[in-house]
Amino acid sequence: MPVDSSPPDQPAVAVTALVKRYRGATAVDGLTLTAPTGQVTALLGPNGAGKTTTVECCEGLRRADGGTVRVLGLDPATDAKALRPRVGVMLQDGGLPTTVRAEEVLRHVSTMYARPRDPGELSERLGLGGFARTQVRRLSGGERQRLALATAVVGRPELVFLDEPSAGMDPQARLAVWDLVRELREDGTTIVLTTHQMAEAEALADHVAVVDHGTTVAAGTVAELVGSNASIRVRVTGHHEDRDLASALRTALAGTGTATDVDVSTCGAPDTLEVTGAVTPQVVHAVTGWAHEHDLLVRSLTTGRRTLEDVFLDLTGRSLR
Amino acid sequence: MSSTPTGPRPGAPAPAAPSGPGAPGAAPLTRRVRAQAVFEMGTVLRNGEQLVITLVLPTLLLVVLARTGLVDLGTEDRISLVAPGVLALAVMSTAFTSQAIATGFDRRNGVLRLLATTPLGRGGLLAGKILGMACVQAVQMTVLVVVAVVLGWRPDVAGVPAALVVLVLGTSAFTALALLLAGTLRAEAVLAVANLVWVLLLAGGGVVLPADLLPGPMGSLATLLPSGALGEGLRTALTGGGLPLAPIVVLTVWTVAAGALVSRAFRWS
Repeated sequence: MPVDSSPPDQPAVAVTALVKRYRGATAVDGLTLTAPTGQVTALLGPNGAGKTTTVECCEGLRRADGGTVRVLGLDPATDAKALRPRVGVMLQDGGLPTTVRAEEVLRHVSTMYARPRDPGELSERLGLGGFARTQVRRLSGGERQRLALATAVVGRPELVFLDEPSAGMDPQARLAVWDLVRELREDGTTIVLTTHQMAEAEALADHVAVVDHGTTVAAGTVAELVGSNASIRVRVTGHHEDRDLASALRTALAGTGTATDVDVSTCGAPDTLEVTGAVTPQVVHAVTGWAHEHDLLVRSLTTGRRTLEDVFLDLTGRSLR
Repeated sequence: MSSTPTGPRPGAPAPAAPSGPGAPGAAPLTRRVRAQAVFEMGTVLRNGEQLVITLVLPTLLLVVLARTGLVDLGTEDRISLVAPGVLALAVMSTAFTSQAIATGFDRRNGVLRLLATTPLGRGGLLAGKILGMACVQAVQMTVLVVVAVVLGWRPDVAGVPAALVVLVLGTSAFTALALLLAGTLRAEAVLAVANLVWVLLLAGGGVVLPADLLPGPMGSLATLLPSGALGEGLRTALTGGGLPLAPIVVLTVWTVAAGALVSRAFRWS
C-alpha cells in the first residue's frame, strides 16, 4: 500500500506555491509551508492572511487552484481516504453537532477509528468532565474549543491541524490546551496550528511560518526569526542641535570604537531610539554617555531580545493584532 | 458525490501493517455508517419539534380523518383511504422536512465539514444520514400501521410488495429534494422552505387525500408531484389496485432529476 512508503525524513506537510481564489479574490497567493515530522509548526499571521484556507487545503476540505500540497507524502485531494484516519482536524468554527451532549460527540467521533483513545480518559485530561453532560449549544466558547480539540486527537492521529486552538479561552483553559499540545508532541505527533497570537507561537512552536496577504513572508525556528541580536530601547528628553536623534546617536557610537557593530533607528516616536546589533555593556555605556554629553535626560532604557512581534512589524509594517 | 465504494471490498479491509501501538486506522465502513445512522436517529427522536412533525402530527391526522366527518371523503370506508395517505405524509415529514432541516443546520454549523475529515468521509456521512432517516421512518411506519389497524384498517396484503417499492422510491425522491435544499440555501431559509413546502403539499399536493378530491387542474398537477405520486401509489397498492405504474414513473423521474442536481449543486460549507 502507498500509505507507508513515505521516507522517514520527509516533512509531514509540504506546501509549495499554493494559490487559492474565492470568486476572483485571491486568498492564498504562492504560499509555501514545510512542517517537519514530529514537531510543532505554527502559521502566524493576522486575520485574513490565508492561514485557514491553507490548512483547509491540507485537510482536503478545499481544492488548491495552484501549487502542490503534500500531507504525509500524499495528495489530500486524491488520497483523502488514506489520509483521514491518520490526520486529526480541529476546525476554527468547531463543526460540532449542537443538539447532543459533549460526551456523546466525543464518543461518536471515536467510533470512526479502529483504535481510538479512551474518551473518558481524554475528557479528564482536557477538563471536559464538568460539562460532559451539557448540550453542545449551551457550552461556552472555550468549552467548545476544548471539545473540538478532543475530537481532533481522539483517533490517535499522526498529524493534527489545529485552527486557532485557544481562541476564546480563558488563560487557564489555554494553558491546558498548551499542555496537551506539548504532550502530543512528546508522543511523536506532528502538529500544525494557526494563531494570531505571538505568545502562542513562541510558547509552542518549533517552527514558525509568518504569513501575510496569502504568502509566507518568513519561516524558521523562533530563534532564527528573532535572531540572536539584542536591542536597546532608549527614550530621552532635552534639546539636541541635530533634530534627527537617530543619525546623531549612530555617528556618536561609530566614533567610540566600542560600538561599531550596531544600528540605530527611531522606534515609534522621534524621542525613542532603538539600537540593534551586538549589544554589550560598553554599548549601553556609550549610549548613556552620549545622552549625558548632550544634556539629554534618559527617561527609560530597556535591553532585551527582539520578539516575533518586532519581526512581524519589520516584515509587514503592520501590527499583528 | 464520492466515488468511494460503499461495500467492504474483499481483501481490502486489512489496514496497513500496524507500525506500533499507536498506529491509527479507520473503523470498518459498516461500523462507521451504522454509528452515524444511530447518531442521526438519536438526534431526531430526542428533538421535540422533529417528533411533532414525524410522529405526532401524522398520528393525529390519522385519528381525526378516520374517526370524524370533518372532511368529506366521498366514501364510507374512511380508513382505507386515510391510512395510506398518512403513511405517505409520514415519509414526506421524515425524508424531506426533517432531513432538510437537520442537514441544513449541520452544514451551517460545520458538522458536515468536520465529519468529512474523520474516516467517515463525505460518502459515509451521506449514507449514515440516509440510513438514519430510514430507521426513523421504520419506527414511524410501525407506529402508524399499528394505530391504523387498531382503527379498523385492513389493507390488501397482496399489495404490500408494490407499496414497499413506492415507499422506497418516494423516500428517495424526497431525500434528494431535501439534500438539494439543505446543500444550496442558508440554514434559516431551509427551515422556512422545508416547513412551508410540507404545509403546501399537505393541503394541495394530493398526499393524504386523493388528488381527485382537489379542485380542477390542481388534481392533475398533484399527480405529477412526488407527494401526489407517493399518495396515489400507496392508495392504489394497498386497496387492491395492483401495481401503480404512473406513480412509480413519476417518483423515478423526480429521484433521478433531483439526485443529478444534488450531485452538481450540493455545497458542503
